[in-house]
Amino acid sequence: MNKIVAKEYLSERVVRFEVEAPLIAKSRRAGHFVIVRVGKKGERVPYTIASADVEKGTITLVVQRVGKSSEKLCRLEVGDHITDLVGPLGKATDIEKFGTVVCAGGGVGVAPMLPIIEAMKQAGNRVISVIAARTKELIILEEQVREYSDEVVIMTDDGSYGKKGLITAGVEEVIQREKVDRCITIGPAIMMKFVAELTKKYNVPTVASLNTIMVDGTGMCGACRVTVGGQTRFVCVDGPEFDAHQVDFDEMLMRLKAYD
Amino acid sequence: MSDYLKTERAKEWRTALRASLKNKDRVAIPRVQMPERDPMVRRHNHDEVNLGLTPELAVGEARRCLDCANPTCISGCPVEINIPKFIKNIERGAFLEAAKTLKASNALPAVCGRVCPQERQCESQCFYTLKLNKEPVAIGHLERFAADYERESGQVSIPETAPANNIRVAVVGSGPAGLSFAGDMVKLGYDVTVFEALHELGGVLRYGIPEFRLPSEIVDVEIDSLRAMGVKFITNCIVGKTISQEDLVDEGFKGIFVGSGAGLPNFMNIPGENLVGVMSCNEYLTRVNLMQAADPDSDTPVYKGRQVAVIGGGNTAMDAVRTAKRLGAEKAAIVYRRTEQEMPARVEEVKHAKEEGIEFFTLHNPLRYEGDERGRVQRAELQRMRLGEPDSSGRRRPIPIEGDTVWLEVDEVIVSVGVSPNPLIPQSFTGLEITRWGTIVVNEDTMQTADEMIFAGGDIVRGGATVILAMGDGRRAAKAMHRYLQGEG
Ligand SMILES: Cc1cc2nc3c(=O)[nH]c(=O)nc-3n(C[C@H](O)[C@H](O)[C@H](O)COP(=O)(O)OP(=O)(O)OC[C@H]3O[C@@H](n4cnc5c(N)ncnc54)[C@H](O)[C@@H]3O)c2cc1C
Ligand code: FES
Repeated sequence: MNKIVAKEYLSERVVRFEVEAPLIAKSRRAGHFVIVRVGKKGERVPYTIASADVEKGTITLVVQRVGKSSEKLCRLEVGDHITDLVGPLGKATDIEKFGTVVCAGGGVGVAPMLPIIEAMKQAGNRVISVIAARTKELIILEEQVREYSDEVVIMTDDGSYGKKGLITAGVEEVIQREKVDRCITIGPAIMMKFVAELTKKYNVPTVASLNTIMVDGTGMCGACRVTVGGQTRFVCVDGPEFDAHQVDFDEMLMRLKAYD
Repeated sequence: MSDYLKTERAKEWRTALRASLKNKDRVAIPRVQMPERDPMVRRHNHDEVNLGLTPELAVGEARRCLDCANPTCISGCPVEINIPKFIKNIERGAFLEAAKTLKASNALPAVCGRVCPQERQCESQCFYTLKLNKEPVAIGHLERFAADYERESGQVSIPETAPANNIRVAVVGSGPAGLSFAGDMVKLGYDVTVFEALHELGGVLRYGIPEFRLPSEIVDVEIDSLRAMGVKFITNCIVGKTISQEDLVDEGFKGIFVGSGAGLPNFMNIPGENLVGVMSCNEYLTRVNLMQAADPDSDTPVYKGRQVAVIGGGNTAMDAVRTAKRLGAEKAAIVYRRTEQEMPARVEEVKHAKEEGIEFFTLHNPLRYEGDERGRVQRAELQRMRLGEPDSSGRRRPIPIEGDTVWLEVDEVIVSVGVSPNPLIPQSFTGLEITRWGTIVVNEDTMQTADEMIFAGGDIVRGGATVILAMGDGRRAAKAMHRYLQGEG
């Protein structure tokens, strides 16, 4: 049982929780995730750890209300307990001094991107963050992103904020303008697919953080499997980050709809 | 025969019991039939199939046992239960005493009575099997009877524990290996903490073996009794991730037992295996057992295929195919590349599966799966096989019959072709020796690893094995760790 100590709405459908989890706060690194279960009949669902406070012994999760399970979680208030929370899971992000790094985060994908932006900056990279959403209200965590980015490009589908256009347009503009050594993308699978196609064209090494369906999150079931470079890999233990140019996104998109 | 067994056998009550009925009359009694739920009814529900023996049936079956001077059955039992002693206790009506005899060697008799492959262990070494060419004494059924009787009597004795010695020991994993280790150590006075990665305790007993074969209530009772003895359980804690090996040492743990199991499902790496509707047996059973996905109130979904193929011939495959039937499959089939004789599953599970209308495609092996435009599996191409010469394991090797393939219509495929050792501990601990199969190397007598404070047992050492072997490992490790911690080992 993990107590919720803070709750904030980042947008109408996106909630930021601070949850007591001292052991996880201590051992987690950028890129790690947790599995959360709400209620005795609840499902096990993965969420990336957006940040952690070792002193307070808390971790931050950013949750988008999309279905039954996220709905249940978002209904919890400060003082309530999360039934089960386990982690940190997955492999940490490969943080190095690459040079110039583009962080392309779409929608709620900006939240898991945040610790990566921070770590990349601290490793001495020039960090350009491209954050995108359908419309202005859905752009989240802009201030925090700005804190660690050398430059921030905002894209909205409807042009209500930043530039009008898809995330790929923002990324392409940067690549055409200057040498990019690495790109990281987190967001809806379809978005990551297009970012990967774009950066492949320009030969920019790209990593995508995959959000497949999971059950245990410890490598026990294979529900999370994807094909990367022709090989089956388990996202929860071999990932969640993979070479985006090798990921079979079409298969992943199909598998994401398994229970629709 | 050991002196201990001899002394026990020479006791007055045993001698009198032997004299009470002639062997000729004992061997004339037919083997008891386990009362079972009707196959036509049970294939629509998750209730336990075997109903258990009544006291009358149990006593009758116990009479068949000849209380041999040389009880070969014991050598067939991985934990060497004093089988004649517990059976003769049943014969004389001392059921609680029988349960006590079981518990002296077996921490989980109610579980083992249900899931052990007795036909390959004790019952294969029974005098009836070896010498009389008759059906063996139903040792497994009797074990279950005594354990259930004790539990249902409400007189479950909480074993006595030695005074606390305040030495902390950690257990990684709450499967049968970890539970039996924890039980023995707490009895010796240790301060035992079990760390479990999942949100429920029991390992495979919880997430793998279905309710209709091993009701979760049985596992609960065992865990509650360990709790009552002072074992601490911490769920949602992955050793090597949530807390590290160093953390455990810093926290003052003086010994660590690793019973992390063989949780990594194998796939066959054939075309179409990642189609929607194709999944590992672990995924399927975890959804249904751990997450209770068949319960309409559960948030976890599960595929309810109408035409289900399960690939494999082990216990996991039988559990999956029978679960599929219970979730409403019109056709549920086993696809196995050898014949029924080579199937690793317990004989009783195969029998039950057949009674429930499961189809068997033996000597068939999947080659590929094809799906529809949405990526959902639609059909499987199966290669027909024949048996060739025996391989190194002594089983006859299956050989493809060139060009002889068939297509099977399916909307769900469950892959149950074995598991590999859980890599979490091998990857995160230092000081262990790991084989190329990913198992942890131990001294077979003491279960001690290359790091003297770390012991290991169960599937993480053996690869996929059995409940009783895992349990036996836990007990041996407890004995050896005790010696080590007392400075004698
Ligand atoms: C469906 C199925 C049916 C079976 N049927 C039979 C049968 O009829 N008869 C029989 O004898 N055997 C059967 N088996 C095999 C038997 O269940 C196993 O051999 C036995 O459970 C192994 O016990 P274990 O304690 O080694 O591991 P497990 O039971 O696998 O338990 C390991 C536990 O450790 C936990 N864990 C792993 N890593 C960590 C970590 N780093 N930190 C914390 N926790 C961790 C896991 O979550 C798990 O709960 C069956 C197996 C399956 C899957
Ligand atoms: S979620 Fe089960 S193996 Fe990855």
